[in-house]
Amino acid sequence: MARSGRPPPARTQATVMLSRVAYSLYWMSRQIERAENMSRLLDVNLQFLLDFQGFDDAGLKEHWGSILASAGDEALFATVHETADSRTVTDFLAFDLRNPRSILSCVFAARENARMIRDQISTEMWETMNEMYLFLKDRSATDIWIAGPYDFFQHIKRHSHLFQGLTDATYPRSEGWEFIQFGKWIERADQTTRILDVKYHILLPQAADVGGAVDTAQWQAVLRSASASEAYHRFYVQEILPWKVAEFLIFSDSFPRSLHCCVLQVDELLRRIVGETSARARTEAAKAARRLMTDLASLTIAEVLERGLHEFLLDVQLALERIGDEVVKTTMFYSSEFDPEEQQQQQQQQ
Amino acid sequence: MSILSSTYDCGPFCDEMYSAAGTIRPHYRRLAERLETLPEADFQQRRAAIDLAFLRRGVTFTVYNDSEGTERIFPFDLIPRIIPASEWKRLEAGLVQRITALNLFLHDLYHQQKILKDKVVPAAQVLSARHFRREFMNFSVPRDIYVHICGTDLIRDDAGRYLVLEDNLRCPSGVSYMIENRAAMRRAFPNLFQSYGVRPIEGYADALLKSLRYITPRPGDKPSVVLLTPGVYNSAYFEHTFLARQMGIPIVEGRDLVVRDSHVFMRTTAGLVPVDVIYRRIDDDFIDPSVFRPDSVLGVPGLVGAYRAGNVALANAIGTGVADDKVIYAYVPKIIKYYLDQEPLLPNVNTYLASEPADRKFILENIAKLVVKSANEAGGYGMLIGPAATAAECADFRAKVAAQPRNFIAQDPIMLSRSPTWCDGQLEGRHIDLRPYILAGEKTVVTPGGLTRVALRKGSLVVNSSQGGGSKDTWVLKGDL
Repeated sequence: MARSGRPPPARTQATVMLSRVAYSLYWMSRQIERAENMSRLLDVNLQFLLDFQGFDDAGLKEHWGSILASAGDEALFATVHETADSRTVTDFLAFDLRNPRSILSCVFAARENARMIRDQISTEMWETMNEMYLFLKDRSATDIWIAGPYDFFQHIKRHSHLFQGLTDATYPRSEGWEFIQFGKWIERADQTTRILDVKYHILLPQAADVGGAVDTAQWQAVLRSASASEAYHRFYVQEILPWKVAEFLIFSDSFPRSLHCCVLQVDELLRRIVGETSARARTEAAKAARRLMTDLASLTIAEVLERGLHEFLLDVQLALERIGDEVVKTTMFYSSEFDPEEQQQQQQQQ
Repeated sequence: MSILSSTYDCGPFCDEMYSAAGTIRPHYRRLAERLETLPEADFQQRRAAIDLAFLRRGVTFTVYNDSEGTERIFPFDLIPRIIPASEWKRLEAGLVQRITALNLFLHDLYHQQKILKDKVVPAAQVLSARHFRREFMNFSVPRDIYVHICGTDLIRDDAGRYLVLEDNLRCPSGVSYMIENRAAMRRAFPNLFQSYGVRPIEGYADALLKSLRYITPRPGDKPSVVLLTPGVYNSAYFEHTFLARQMGIPIVEGRDLVVRDSHVFMRTTAGLVPVDVIYRRIDDDFIDPSVFRPDSVLGVPGLVGAYRAGNVALANAIGTGVADDKVIYAYVPKIIKYYLDQEPLLPNVNTYLASEPADRKFILENIAKLVVKSANEAGGYGMLIGPAATAAECADFRAKVAAQPRNFIAQDPIMLSRSPTWCDGQLEGRHIDLRPYILAGEKTVVTPGGLTRVALRKGSLVVNSSQGGGSKDTWVLKGDL
């Protein structure tokens, strides 16, 4: 059971972190980050369609289809809805509890994780999380459509930022902090690959369309989905060029949602969580992270495009998944041999 | 308009605030003066603010068998229950006497059984008790303390006399509400506290941790203490996290613990870490599937072995349930006399045992005038309030009692005291009880206060949260006014 790399735990209680608690912290953090990204993505795209009302049904379907594909939820969506349009996709990605990655599912799950470790997080963190949950619980999807979804997405984003800010301001810089941060950065990296990938799924434009109004607006939407529009303009001070957008979101070493920045943090946290300190990585997770780091530090956008942006992004997603899985397995994993329903029943008999 | 009404009706009951219609008891006078000057709108606003704060903070309990919105806040009433110092002093002495005697009783039951040999308590009653753990005969618990945490339910009859309704010696809950209620009242009436001389209760968690550390199997070393919870679906989960947070100890589920060579460890991100003391909020039956219920998925296989080997301490000890069996309850006055050679300071409610032929006959003939309780249920379940029950319900219980006499007791119905409570836009009398919390460690301490529960339904005598009960802040005063 002992993990390599860490000093043996002292008998004092402050240093002890239950595996189950680490697991809940990690997922709570990921789920909130995921809900925030999904909110931004939907918000930006609904806005985008308002600006370009000329889309016909096929265009709409393609647009929303690409968002579903990048979210990785096409198959599940097909079992619930027949056509992909603004309403069905937004319902599915935002409000549908049958979709475990919908905003609602993420917030509910994050809150349940927070409730399980209520004693471990600050009152401020818990109250913010709980408010977010109460806000969602009190509203139906129909109410939100009537009020206009903009306020809704705004609310989720604000609360996510508030939660992360409060975490920063009130959570001790202990082991738990590392798991919270690890969850946040790995999810953020994953979300950035998906945001970029949306554009791949919108069929590559005809040569004549490149630089046209729609194309530029779509890349603008990609930037805004990653909160990167202003930072991009500050950095390049010029018009939006597809490869520049991709370059910025992949390689920037200063923008906090770029892949490079996220993976830097993931790598750093890995060193602390699994105790990877030597020059040569021992765990698969650290190896994958370092390989990723090397790529992000040395490749150029031309090389990525040559290999294929979509393929590159898929590889990154896979590497991130492998890193996450291994960390869960080595530090947070415990198998529950029991049926969750049976557990719930017995918990209630006490 | 003030919320205090001149038409408040005390009824035939003892009212906490009024000694007679229109006459306010001295220790409530300053509260009444404050309420006189408080416009109803202000009062309502403070109520709403408290409810919202409870909801936001997640101060909730879980209602079972309720498919929607399973988390609820425990309804809170703003009118406090006030206890003057001299009254509290008598209660405190009575409670300490009772827990002291019960701990001696448990030690004796699990060792020489002198009290059974002397026939003060019939052996058959003890040996047939569901929570008597014969596996723990001749096993010595650390410091000879069985019950470390006790919540005793007290009521007042129509003459204002305090009576013990029941002892909760297994995993009494509710203490977090006592503390949260106080915090809420402080926010609602900050100035009143300063002038009133209300004794603080916030030391509870410290005192609890101290009594838990006191039983560590390795004195000298800083003990590693954990709280063992059934899990997030348990109705008292909020309380478990609350107490763990207040004490700064980890909260663990059964699956977080593992036993190796009769030592208990918790699974942490850095490997296994030893555990010395477990404040367990899981019943005996579920605590170790290798000893008790084999189908338990909440417990820790091997925990009892580690406990027997003296490598880990449990609070409360295994087997305390025998002493809060409602049949054994009837013998507590005799138990106090037997071990302490003292008269009980707090009397019991007059109780009839269905297992005794004469009592049984009386119960069966008078069931409609009695309160019948099953010997091992809690939470207001499995009971009959004869005067309020239908003929069919009475017949049903009569059959149950006749079939399983050991499982039932009956008591004279008590006209529980009432307190003014905000109901439907005005103050009305509602029945209340009181659960103070007693901690037995190096010293036995009673937190000055407790959980006052109130039956919000008009005329109801059932105060349990699962049955429409609410709660009030309980003020124990430094003086008598």
